Amino acid sequence: MPETKNKIATREAYGRALVEFGATNDFYVLDADLSKSTMTTYFKNEYPRRHINMGIAEGNMMSVAAGIAAVGKTCFASTFAVFAAARGCEQIRNSICYPNLNVKIGATHAGISVGEDGASHQAIEDIAIMRAIPNMHVVQPCDAVSTRLAVKAALETDGPFYLRLGRLAVDEVYTEENCNFKLGKGIVLKNGFDLTIITSGLMVQESLKVAKSLEKKNISVRVVDMHTIKPIDEELIIQCAKETNRIVTVEESNIYGGLGSAVAEILCKYEPCKIKMIGIEDKFGRSGKPTELLEYYGLSAAKIESQIVDFLNDK
Amino acid sequence: MKAKILKQTKLLAAKMRRYIIEEVYSAKSGHPGGSLSCADFIATLYDNHMNVDSKKPKDINRDRFVLSKGHCAPALYAALALKGFFPIEDLKTFRGINSYLQGHPNMNSVPGVDMSTGSLGQGISTAVGMALVGKREEKNYKVYTVLGDGEIEEGQVWEAAMCAAHYQLDNLCAFLDYNGLQIDGNITDVMNPEKVADKFKAFNWNVIECNGNDIVKLNNAISKANQYKGRPTIIIGKTTKGKGVSFMEGKYQWHGSVPNQEQYEQACQELNAVIAELEG
Repeated sequence: MPETKNKIATREAYGRALVEFGATNDFYVLDADLSKSTMTTYFKNEYPRRHINMGIAEGNMMSVAAGIAAVGKTCFASTFAVFAAARGCEQIRNSICYPNLNVKIGATHAGISVGEDGASHQAIEDIAIMRAIPNMHVVQPCDAVSTRLAVKAALETDGPFYLRLGRLAVDEVYTEENCNFKLGKGIVLKNGFDLTIITSGLMVQESLKVAKSLEKKNISVRVVDMHTIKPIDEELIIQCAKETNRIVTVEESNIYGGLGSAVAEILCKYEPCKIKMIGIEDKFGRSGKPTELLEYYGLSAAKIESQIVDFLNDK
Repeated sequence: MKAKILKQTKLLAAKMRRYIIEEVYSAKSGHPGGSLSCADFIATLYDNHMNVDSKKPKDINRDRFVLSKGHCAPALYAALALKGFFPIEDLKTFRGINSYLQGHPNMNSVPGVDMSTGSLGQGISTAVGMALVGKREEKNYKVYTVLGDGEIEEGQVWEAAMCAAHYQLDNLCAFLDYNGLQIDGNITDVMNPEKVADKFKAFNWNVIECNGNDIVKLNNAISKANQYKGRPTIIIGKTTKGKGVSFMEGKYQWHGSVPNQEQYEQACQELNAVIAELEG
């Protein structure tokens, strides 16, 4: 994939996608006093009648979104991931997912790359929480192009969605032309035969760097962008296990219940193989610059690479 | 209110009570106390105000009803069955493994149920969402919701109340089933919510207080709510928990208890007598 200098955060792409699709789709957008951070402010400027600020009350926002969907209008509800998935959890479960309503949760500022705000604002358990609720789709795009397509897929697919988005500006992985985004289908970004890295979100970019570096050491690494964490691409996971024997999952969330767990659930059922889960080791985040934090928690390309080398050496 | 309409609505409420007992007794589980206390409001609403058609339960322009105190599903199911949304005999399947009449309302399985509820505090927020769309799309439908007095201990109720007033949702009418009792006892002992009317007034709601078991007063209150402009209305209805069944009245123990056969027969006898008198 060609690297470009054009860095855009997935939350920014989310805000732009809402405006783009809002022109031809009659949906509502809710925010909880964070519209300038979640970027729904763009939608507010274009379509003020369909943007409603809920104030700092995320639980109410989730149930209000359910009410909006119940009278036939798809509704995006946006706030930081930690306040969406944790504060709004029971409302998402009972008001949105149980009735299987068309509420799409735009959960921005996910993971530790939130940066300086620190642990209280860094959602690390949201994938585990959202994945465990029946009817919920969980999607984590890695760049602007795939974010746009994730929003489109959420609009075109009935039922609740959890869109996990980041604060940090990231390199583009895809171009409009080469992004074959299909809901529930992972994308093989790079082929390889010694092991497969299954990842999503901004760990995709880090994993591609790792794969490139390992290539120079004659280690052939396959990289899969598993943007849809639920429903997960069972077929591709099984195929990768069969073809590369080893699987490494890399995620910017707690190793308990996240992407790694989702992959392991499939592997232990259909194709047991060696698996290494790289992620946050059941710790809260802390303040710091995003890149410093990724380094601190072992999620920089260099740290991921050394963990993979250990794994290959069965350490 | 014309005498004939009054009698008809009283009869609906009486029949609802009879079926509430039937549902709970058949299921050997459920919540008779609060179902009986809010029956008069639901009967008045469905008989005289709700713009709904049992033949077109999903009509986009219909009025909406959200039973925020979802555990009182027996009252809503009885009203919907009596209004022709589904067969009355199905009420006996309530809470059964093969029944569509779930323990708490499910909008996807029960014709006429506009929102799935059961987790207290969330229903009113969903009603706010429905009313918001009504306003923004300039629709004429009304949104009604029933809250329990124990339920208002949930903080989310007050988030929803703040939001409804902020957006001037005069198409929203809430009813507070103020029977004074919750599972663990008197609301004033468990978690005193007084002064309820003042709280809603402070949240900038139009507040109407009345006897919540008096159909004429409830009918007037709903009419007033629907005429009121600029603010949502809450009708705080003083009710009796277990209303209509002598041994259940005013007893918190009947929040979620099931009558034994002897109690069931007595309840039926009392309610059948009321029905016979109204039909006579």
